[in-house]
Amino acid sequence: MSGYLFSRFLQTFVTLFVMSVLVFGGLHMVGNPVDVLLSPTATPAERLEVIRSFGLDRPVWEQYWIFLGNALKGELGNSFVFNQPALDLILQRMPATLELAVTALLMALVIGIPLGIHAGLRPNSVLSKSIMTFSILGFSLPTFWIGLVMIMVFAVQLGWLPSSGRGETTEVFGVPLSVFTRDGLAHLALPAFNLALFKISLVIRITRAGVLETMQLDFVRFARAKGMPERRIVSVHVLKNTLIPLITVIGLELGSLIAFAVVTETIFAWPGMGKLIIDAIAVLDRPVILAYLMITVVMFSVINLVVDILYSVVDPRVRLEGK
Amino acid sequence: MTLPTESASSIHAPAAKPGKRRSVSPFAQAFGKLLRDPLALTGIVVLSAFVLLAIFAPLLAPQNPYDLSQLDIMDGRLKPGSESMTGTVYLLGTDDQGRDLFSAILFGLRTSILVGLVSAAIALLIGASIGLLSAYAGGRTDAFLMRIVDIQLSFPAILIALIFLAVLGQGVDKIIFALVVTQWAYYARTIRGSALVERKRAYVDAARSMALPDRRVLFRHILPNCLPPLIVVATMRVAYAIMLEATLSFLGIGLPVTEPSLGLLVSNGFEYLLSGDYWISFFPGLALLILIVAINLIGDSLRDILNPRREG
Repeated sequence: MSGYLFSRFLQTFVTLFVMSVLVFGGLHMVGNPVDVLLSPTATPAERLEVIRSFGLDRPVWEQYWIFLGNALKGELGNSFVFNQPALDLILQRMPATLELAVTALLMALVIGIPLGIHAGLRPNSVLSKSIMTFSILGFSLPTFWIGLVMIMVFAVQLGWLPSSGRGETTEVFGVPLSVFTRDGLAHLALPAFNLALFKISLVIRITRAGVLETMQLDFVRFARAKGMPERRIVSVHVLKNTLIPLITVIGLELGSLIAFAVVTETIFAWPGMGKLIIDAIAVLDRPVILAYLMITVVMFSVINLVVDILYSVVDPRVRLEGK
Repeated sequence: MTLPTESASSIHAPAAKPGKRRSVSPFAQAFGKLLRDPLALTGIVVLSAFVLLAIFAPLLAPQNPYDLSQLDIMDGRLKPGSESMTGTVYLLGTDDQGRDLFSAILFGLRTSILVGLVSAAIALLIGASIGLLSAYAGGRTDAFLMRIVDIQLSFPAILIALIFLAVLGQGVDKIIFALVVTQWAYYARTIRGSALVERKRAYVDAARSMALPDRRVLFRHILPNCLPPLIVVATMRVAYAIMLEATLSFLGIGLPVTEPSLGLLVSNGFEYLLSGDYWISFFPGLALLILIVAINLIGDSLRDILNPRREG
């Protein structure tokens, strides 16, 4: 186990290093952030001053070396635009994104699992067929477009739900969250559902496939033969086996939800880190782009590690090896 | 994951001269089954219609939406069905610059389909080669290549595309590059999986015992039998690539503003949505949705047909 953990940490560090070199070098080749930041009327002297203050006058490798040294100390540089540490900027916005992603994930599970079980138990019923057709639709709906349609219907036409922002938040251990106020929940509803839509389809399909496969196994036949009620077979034994593939998916999809929150946050003006990175890309705010990258790599590595460990706990057939 | 052996043998049996024996190729069989599935048939009809619309867009569109001299700012934000100053009807309305949305959607479909197909084709080529190599070489090469695939797949496609486009900037070629980078790993993993199974089959031993060169065994014997799952993945991936391109363009980091793709049209209409001018965003997105649903319907049906294990 410790060998396994060690190799995973090593892998994360290698990934971090390779990604940072690629992006650092790449960002250096495209456009000069000074052009975007300075007003066109700035004098050459002011220009030089800005370039020097950001350390852009040094060679790339030296800039990278400085970046690397600071990164190891936990400093990822100041944002060119906000003139604040990039790391702080991202960490400030992270709770909003995580709240959105976790709510969307819960929605996907609560809606998707029951539908998937039904479709798996009675694959040929009319309802199951409609569920499966709906799931194709869910896969195909462009998140950004359905978000706009939702705003159009629920915010503009019906006026039921607000279309932007987080609403009223309460502090929980110093972290502002929307879920505990009525106003916050109303603000959370549309974006979370928007983000969840794609995943609902996925959960339906995986649950259905799992149920279909498990129902054909011998132990179900034996359980039936000994007279166990069908409801218990499904809710205890079949469901347990279906959970195994679901756990992997939940982990991977949490990561994907955090990444896709970029789109939802842009539409619903949700003040999360996705909105921050899009704005940073537009003005080539290098430190923020790099910091976002570093943080997501670490975050995803942790999520994947937790999933792998959970997986071996739930399914004893899986053994983790330190390769 | 594979076709029944009888059909497999008809693919690469060099003795079967075309025309002499009346054997239906497995791909023709699959296509026949596809046409018998009403959902897939709907998908094929819609997709063909869209592809034709896209190919003949310059002939069909009443206006060249990329030619700014043809746009009249006075015609900006007209409702669907309204007439222009010169008397032509804007079927789906106009955007804020007086661009006919119907024309813009036709040209947008062109870009979407082109980007989707080209990126999928390149990703397939690269991914399939790496996957085949990995399966055939085995050992350390295999472990190394698959570790890269694993790492790549643990990051969501949109994140990788986002980072690459942040570095590369805008443009059709750049977005195709970003899409290839995000997609190749799926093909590599798929083909490696099926190639590992195929490698152990008797016909491969037979081909090897005839002292055929490795390259021939790999490309003429193993590869054709790995195609069915690859085709399914490719269909779904094309749909995904089209959606991803639209999403990135919507976010303003995909295609340039001068040649609005479907995603960018939706994004342009966003600011007018709250004042009730829904059509600028609505119709381009609807076209995109129909295109993607059509491809996914075909892909879904193909998966059931080409994968005999999956029932129901």
